[in-house]
Amino acid sequence: MIHIESLIFHYPSGEFRLEIPAFTVARGEKMAVIGPSGSGKTTLLNLISGIMTPVKGTLNVDNIKVNELGDTERRVFRISNIGFVFQDFELLDYLNVLDNILHPYRITSALKMDRVVKQRAMALAKEMGIGDKLRRMANKLSQGEKQRAAICRALLPQPKLILADEATGNLDPDNKVLILDSLFRAVEEQDATLLAVTHDHELLKRFDRVVDFRKFQGMDAS
Amino acid sequence: MIDSLYIAWKYIRFNKARTVTLIACITLIGFLPVSLELLLDESEQQLMSRAATTPLVVGAKGSSLDLVMNTLYFGDEVPELITMAASDRVMQTDLALPIPVYVRFRARGHPIVGTTLDYFEFRGLKVAEGQQMAVLGDCVVGAGAAEKLRLKPGDELVSSPENMFDLAGIYPLKMKVTGVLKKSHTPDDLAVFVDLKTAWVIQGLGHGHQDVTVLKDPTLVLKRTEDNVAATAKLYHYMEITDENINSFHFHGHMTGYPVTAVIAAPYDAKSGTILQGRYLSKEERHQIVEPEEVIDGLLQNIFRIKNVLDAVISVVALATVMAIILVFALSIRLRQREMETVFKLGCSRMTMARLVASEILLIVVASGLLCTGMVLLVDQFSNDLVRTLFIR
Repeated sequence: MIHIESLIFHYPSGEFRLEIPAFTVARGEKMAVIGPSGSGKTTLLNLISGIMTPVKGTLNVDNIKVNELGDTERRVFRISNIGFVFQDFELLDYLNVLDNILHPYRITSALKMDRVVKQRAMALAKEMGIGDKLRRMANKLSQGEKQRAAICRALLPQPKLILADEATGNLDPDNKVLILDSLFRAVEEQDATLLAVTHDHELLKRFDRVVDFRKFQGMDAS
Repeated sequence: MIDSLYIAWKYIRFNKARTVTLIACITLIGFLPVSLELLLDESEQQLMSRAATTPLVVGAKGSSLDLVMNTLYFGDEVPELITMAASDRVMQTDLALPIPVYVRFRARGHPIVGTTLDYFEFRGLKVAEGQQMAVLGDCVVGAGAAEKLRLKPGDELVSSPENMFDLAGIYPLKMKVTGVLKKSHTPDDLAVFVDLKTAWVIQGLGHGHQDVTVLKDPTLVLKRTEDNVAATAKLYHYMEITDENINSFHFHGHMTGYPVTAVIAAPYDAKSGTILQGRYLSKEERHQIVEPEEVIDGLLQNIFRIKNVLDAVISVVALATVMAIILVFALSIRLRQREMETVFKLGCSRMTMARLVASEILLIVVASGLLCTGMVLLVDQFSNDLVRTLFIR
């Protein structure tokens, strides 16, 4: 699903530099990425989703050379193939839960909204346990409910790849387990691939594979 | 586009305080100059049309503006009084028809205009309901006054005391409404017309006497004997002219010495008007004769000079407000940087983002435009009354 080779990324200025000689994620795999802050975990997700482009190297997602796509193509690729779950949920306070879940459909022509999509959004919310809160404004939700809504938003376009950037980082222990359960269940139901950045070592055993980013920076990954 | 408008609508609805402030600012930018223009046009039209139909006004020397505003628009400022002799003087010249007016008293906020029947003919005023005033104490009311005071023929209207603390001064008179005039869209609509003599009764120059021997109210009688009745000093709330006491009403002295505020002079022709004006040029002359059109024209020139200053002030304020609004939007975009990054990560193009912001601006501008139009239409609807309240009273 994801194949990275000799990838180098750095900003035009500053000392940060990410070098990944080889990195692969298989289709349907649930992989966790760990590492200290500033090691480049979030940058990796941004590179895979085409939000950022590498300076050098190859980055293939589902046989598409993401690093060779133009701006618009990368955006369309991202919309069509990737579901992003952000650490801080990134819901829009001025929209209710249903509008937040449907938001990607309203801001891009690459996704077409119809009655079926709306019904799917409602079913997904119900499955995630927030079916009765569809009309509630995002700022009135609990942390757990916000993350569930954010996961629904990421899953609604039925992406092949789900990128989760510390999706459980802001949650209490009980909610962490519940959210991860929901995320895993949805990933399995949609036959998607999951790449999750996490600091939570207790949850690592539930992933198929764990990659420590310290090894890309010459740190001790033992 | 519809999705952009939908999201924009949700955003501006969520940020109510900011939206209301912006809409209020933009609305005021549009509303102030337009409504001011509208009111000035209306006031110009009202003032000039009335002035154009009143050829000459004779009054005491002093402010010609107060004289014209009081005589034509029944303004609050009462000019120095003249006497009926001024009216007789115009009559004796045989150059113009004199119409004396006495605009000094009020009834529930509406001016009481003491005049003669010539006034109604001169202004083209017709009675729509009831009949013209016939006897002392009768009044006819303008259509607007009748509507506001809910008066119809047969009702009664009490004049207002001139001074609440002067109990021995102007005493309220209960007048009988005999008719309501047709709407004329002039200050006459809001006036209460009485005969000059009724106005003088209000002033206390004419009065009646009560026959204390037939008083039925025991509180009015102090002592009653076979050959004498002593009345109490009981205070009446108002005077009333009835069929029973009308004959007791009388005036002392000669009426040429009775007061009026002005005399409208309607010359028989242009030449007569010029000659009549010439009669008032002497330095010893105690009266002045003015052409209302000239006086109002002078007033309007001043108003328009002030309006030019106001326009300049409004322009500067509008410019500052527009800049503040641009700043608000710019700061808002900066504050929403994180939200925009999220939306960008979700797949939104920069063009769509620009469209979202543009939709918000569009909705706010459209809402302001609609509000501004509504307010301007409202001002337009009531401009007639507003002008009278704001500029003419």
